Amino acid sequence: MPKRQDIETILVIGSGPIVIGQAAEFDYAGTQACLALKEEGYKVILVNSNPATIMTDTEIADKVYMEPLTLEFVSRIIRKERPDAILPTLGGQTGLNLAVELAKAGVLDECGVEILGTKLEAIEQAEDRELFRALMNELGEPVPESEIIHSLEEAVSFVEKIGYPVIVRPAFTLGGTGGGICTNEEELVEIVSSGLKMSPVHQCLLEKSIAGYKEIEYEVMRDSKDNAIVVCNMENIDPVGIHTGDSIVVAPSQTLSDREYQLLRNASLRIIRALGIEGGCNVQLALDPHSFHYYVIEVNPRVSRSSALASKATGYPIAKLAAKIAVGLTLDEMINPVTGKTYACFEPALDYVVTKIPRFPFDKFESANRHLGTQMKATGEVMAVGRTLEESLLKAVRSLETNLYHLDIKGDVTDEVIEKRIRKAGDERLFYIAEALRRGVSIEQIHEWSKIDRFFLTKIDRIVQYEAVVREHVGDIDVLRKAKQLGFSDVAIARCWNMSERDVYAMRKQAGIVPVYKMVDTCAAEFESETPYYYSTYEEENESVVTPRESVVVLGSGPIRIGQGIEFDYATVHSVWAIKEAGYEAIIINNNPETVSTDFSISDKLYFEPLTIEDVMHVIDLEQPIGVIVQFGGQTAINLAAELAARGVRILGTSLEDLDRAENRDKFERTLAQLGIPQPKGKTAFSVQEAVCIAEEIGYPVLVRPSYVLGGRAMEIVYKEEELLHYMEHAVQVNPQHPVLIDRYLIGKEIEVDAISDGEDVFIPGIMEHIERAGVHSGDSIAVYPPQTLTEDIKQKIVEYTVKLARGLRIVGLLNIQFVMYKNEVYVLEVNPRSSRTVPFLSKITDVPMANIATKVILGATLNELGYSTGLQPESEGVYVKAPVFSFAKLRNVDISLGPEMKSTGEVIGKDQTFEKALYKGLVASGIHIRPHGAVLLTVADKDKEEAVELARRFYEIGYQLLATNGTAETLRAANIPVTVVNKIHSESPNILDIIRQGKAQVVINTLTKGKQPESDGFRIRREAVENGIPCLTSLDTAKAMLFVIESMTFSTTAMSEKKVYV
Amino acid sequence: MKRQLILEDGTFFVGEAFGSTEQTVGEVVFNTGMTGYQEILSDPSYCGQIVTMTYPLIGNYGINRDDFESIEPSIHGLIVKEMCDVPSNWRSERTLDAYFKEKNIPGLAGIDTRKLTRIIRQYGTLKGMICDMDVDVTEAVAYLRKTELPHDQVKRVSTKSAYPSPGRGHRVVLIDFGMKHGILRELNKRNCDVIVLPYNATAQEVLRLHPDGVMLSNGPGDPKDVPEAIEMIQGIVGRVPLFGICLGHQLFALACGADTEKMKFGHRGSNHPVKHIATGKVAITSQNHGYTVTIESLRNTRLEMTHVALNDGTIEGLRHLDFPAFTVQYHPEASPGPEDANDLFDEFMAMIEQFKKEGEVVHA
Repeated sequence: MPKRQDIETILVIGSGPIVIGQAAEFDYAGTQACLALKEEGYKVILVNSNPATIMTDTEIADKVYMEPLTLEFVSRIIRKERPDAILPTLGGQTGLNLAVELAKAGVLDECGVEILGTKLEAIEQAEDRELFRALMNELGEPVPESEIIHSLEEAVSFVEKIGYPVIVRPAFTLGGTGGGICTNEEELVEIVSSGLKMSPVHQCLLEKSIAGYKEIEYEVMRDSKDNAIVVCNMENIDPVGIHTGDSIVVAPSQTLSDREYQLLRNASLRIIRALGIEGGCNVQLALDPHSFHYYVIEVNPRVSRSSALASKATGYPIAKLAAKIAVGLTLDEMINPVTGKTYACFEPALDYVVTKIPRFPFDKFESANRHLGTQMKATGEVMAVGRTLEESLLKAVRSLETNLYHLDIKGDVTDEVIEKRIRKAGDERLFYIAEALRRGVSIEQIHEWSKIDRFFLTKIDRIVQYEAVVREHVGDIDVLRKAKQLGFSDVAIARCWNMSERDVYAMRKQAGIVPVYKMVDTCAAEFESETPYYYSTYEEENESVVTPRESVVVLGSGPIRIGQGIEFDYATVHSVWAIKEAGYEAIIINNNPETVSTDFSISDKLYFEPLTIEDVMHVIDLEQPIGVIVQFGGQTAINLAAELAARGVRILGTSLEDLDRAENRDKFERTLAQLGIPQPKGKTAFSVQEAVCIAEEIGYPVLVRPSYVLGGRAMEIVYKEEELLHYMEHAVQVNPQHPVLIDRYLIGKEIEVDAISDGEDVFIPGIMEHIERAGVHSGDSIAVYPPQTLTEDIKQKIVEYTVKLARGLRIVGLLNIQFVMYKNEVYVLEVNPRSSRTVPFLSKITDVPMANIATKVILGATLNELGYSTGLQPESEGVYVKAPVFSFAKLRNVDISLGPEMKSTGEVIGKDQTFEKALYKGLVASGIHIRPHGAVLLTVADKDKEEAVELARRFYEIGYQLLATNGTAETLRAANIPVTVVNKIHSESPNILDIIRQGKAQVVINTLTKGKQPESDGFRIRREAVENGIPCLTSLDTAKAMLFVIESMTFSTTAMSEKKVYV
Repeated sequence: MKRQLILEDGTFFVGEAFGSTEQTVGEVVFNTGMTGYQEILSDPSYCGQIVTMTYPLIGNYGINRDDFESIEPSIHGLIVKEMCDVPSNWRSERTLDAYFKEKNIPGLAGIDTRKLTRIIRQYGTLKGMICDMDVDVTEAVAYLRKTELPHDQVKRVSTKSAYPSPGRGHRVVLIDFGMKHGILRELNKRNCDVIVLPYNATAQEVLRLHPDGVMLSNGPGDPKDVPEAIEMIQGIVGRVPLFGICLGHQLFALACGADTEKMKFGHRGSNHPVKHIATGKVAITSQNHGYTVTIESLRNTRLEMTHVALNDGTIEGLRHLDFPAFTVQYHPEASPGPEDANDLFDEFMAMIEQFKKEGEVVHA
């Protein structure tokens, strides 16, 4: 059917900030969709609050709005732009929810806006539990039996009907507290009784437990002509019970016979047809491992993380085609972009195995609960492709960048711990399973513990068994070949053979054991394809043809994790585009299936590979590029630079030596001294005693951190000697090999700069000022552009230092510098000789395509030639705020207080004409509800009390009620501020936790007493606030900023233009 | 044990043997289905062929009691990237290897099947041999070039004698050219009173059974190798409703005056889109054919193209303009593959009923 002519303008809703459960996949989907709609000649208006996305580039849509994704703001855009239609199915749950809100608020009807893709009714049918059950019953599709019960008798009679095991979920308790699985009447009585007690409404949901079923997903598409296809099916290695986002997933399914495959395929197609979806849809099913019996678990009537994975796993661009279907095109008239010859209406055939492994933030959040269940905890994922399952799995493991190159566990563990970790799934279960097999535990036993299909356990066992073979055959070429076919890394082999990784590499090269590259072509080679999308494997025929054009390799940034998010993918993509513009062939290596950079249409060649030295070198050996760009792939790429250079690969841009001068503390200190640029005093301590002396010498408070990187154990600010001793004892192990760095902690304003240097000229697009004082990680701070409180002198000083540093460090490309202003003096905190988190934000607001310019400079152009010169670009109009977004509600046991370690998962932008309006938007977009009145609950540390008084007074003056714990209350009373005392945690009800739970406070301000003790009262207060969705501010600066916004709202007419000092 | 696959173009692959260690020769074809190897290896249409599966892991769910499409497999060999020796599925009874040993069929694992597939794609299907390592490649190539592919596959796989599969519904005579069980299953599901006849049944023999409808099954090889069937079809067209699948479709076309030709590498897999021309709707179908009815040859016939392969435009379905008869090139009985086209059997039932009704009108 031809595309629709009755619509011209389409509003696309993005998914907003990156949070756990909603990550870069929607930038990929949204970008594809916008481009697809433009390609069809529609005018595309995009709204998204996330500045770190490709989709919010002005080239992607005709009009881009970076505004909060709330009813308030999107309604405004609709009223102003009057689009004919809205496409909400590409913006994740956020987009879908917003569309429902807009429809319910009558805005869509009022403005005559049609919902494309999935109709409102279908969204509701898929999302609403009862409507969904009704639909499934109508279709005859089984859903797990469930019932809401109010008494033990009701529970017993439900179980009589459906049998054990059942899951009990008490209503309205957080994170399922009080629930559990019952396998007999005794447990039922116990769990239901306590569940009813814990539930504030005295009810529980009882559901038939299908834990242990195989979890299978189908990605299906349908068009307006009712053509419906399966793009990909996937099998979770982890059985039902673990969120699919947290499961290890393989594609296609491995243990399903054709009958089972078709059974579930039929069910999935029936569902998408019944919902009338025009576009993509994800169906999750549970299949009994002992019969043909199955259940439908969930349906997502939109593109999703799984559809991004399916797109990368098959090559089939779901989001792009879903967007075209939404405007009326049908599958049978669209060409499959991969082959360029066949039609999109077919089902991809894979001739490889894909493995996805989630990336968890537990290296950052050591205290977090690592058990996996129905709440997703992963921040990102990696995908690997191989011709055997073992190869695919091991490639995925080393793509994770958790310093693991094989199925290893860190440290000593007892057999008991192993059993426990396998029985109750956590993020490391795969590794514990391998260890159990290594210790001789049988596959049968592990199957019993984990319910993981024996097929997968057998594969893991094959890897483990082959380790012994490798160990026994040092230097054996045949064994080496076989090990490589099983996906063993050189690092793993080297360890078995007591050689260096480089020796193994050399040995292999000599023996001709190098991988070939095969194409991902959607059709298992049935049709000729030109898609330059490759993966490595150890077989005969290489399909990746090296062209005579000069090429440049760009290293991507791997999985999304805290500290290395979508911003780096943004820069990577721009770098690739710039390389193409400069006339080179752009080759990208990356392993993150969620991202735009791994869309095969972005680069000239895409290698979907782990970012380890071995895998990268294989590509380089084949392609012989003129060099490698490492500046855009975050720390992942930078970390590879030294090894690459050592193997004779040319690092383009800032040289390795200069990278090292910025990263190595001693060399950096020397450079700064030479350049005459001040930095906070600091020294390296090799013993506890030394640490104490140094701290004494430079004066408290000090910032302490280990000089080596060790998962999660990072910086802390300590205020006195006993805290330092506590830190030295508990947080680090100091010794001559592992010294600790101690720096003076300057309590001052933090300032951040990104610049581009060609070695001579240094161009600075802008300076950003942080709202939180130094000590809060820059990624977790609110940043403001242009700076609101800096004097011209300070700005000049910053420009001067930046230029000096860029020249002194001989930077060619990008650099990011963090400064602190203390007593009117500017100090350098750190220099990152690479693309930073703020590059997309700054690029967008200053209109300087930073990654593009930097890439061209890296390739040899001068800034002058590109039209830029040394100095700071004149400030843009308006004010722009970048606010962090956290995913704390999803991670139990994580302390939410801000500090030197980064904790946020994403960011939003707030832009407007004035600072307060921009800040308002930033806070709202980040998910904070700002209420003009209410109650604020204060519990602050002694060191902050003085400052808190002023803050409290201002809250009081705008009519906020003040609640405080005893200590804080006393201070406030002493300052004549009326305050209501709240009982401490352990005292009688209503105590502080009750106040939070009952929603009697709208804001909680809590500053950290000391250390990170999850048991402390402060920790419980903060968690309680997060879990009840109440903003909890742990920095007085953030609190002031918020207060400032409320004040400007409260005194609206006069206060708006009156800029207040907020520090 | 190491064994090799030698192709007539001189390429050879060394892999690990499974199943029997017989030497085997056949036409090497590829199938892109990711599941369904048990149905494929027991599909009589593969008689005389060596099949390579493009999906690398084969045998994962073992071999079970239920999923055979014939009693005796007639495939000449199976080539896979990796043969699973520890299958896992609740219905699995034994490994692929054990089954192939029992049935004396050679298999070869551990070769670059994607490379092989690409050779077939470029060269077309070609003759190949699975043999021991001591076989000389040059000699084998010469032998392969000389060897003519067989013409008697239908005779080999068709039932030797007629047999009933009783039901209380419409009487359907099913001509077995190498029938997949799936066809019989679909007819049984619809309560048909089925009588299966061998491939060389004559029109008289068919009509003597007073069928309400005749079903022409799938089968192996070149339709022109079965002239007796063409003659039979000519004798029944118009006298009884007719439904043909795959080889049955080609034989019907030949019987009605159209022509067939060999394709470069055919269609074999579970993901082939077929468009129903009248409604424009596409079904994803299971296919297995190396020959096709040529479009030009329809010109002087009373046949109408009803279905077309979306990707290469070849004929996927025909209907007789004057008589109740329709045929499809693909497999509506699936097994393996998608069941999107399953309703064609219902259409056949409807056609039978319609024909009966019209008959009654005439008699009345």
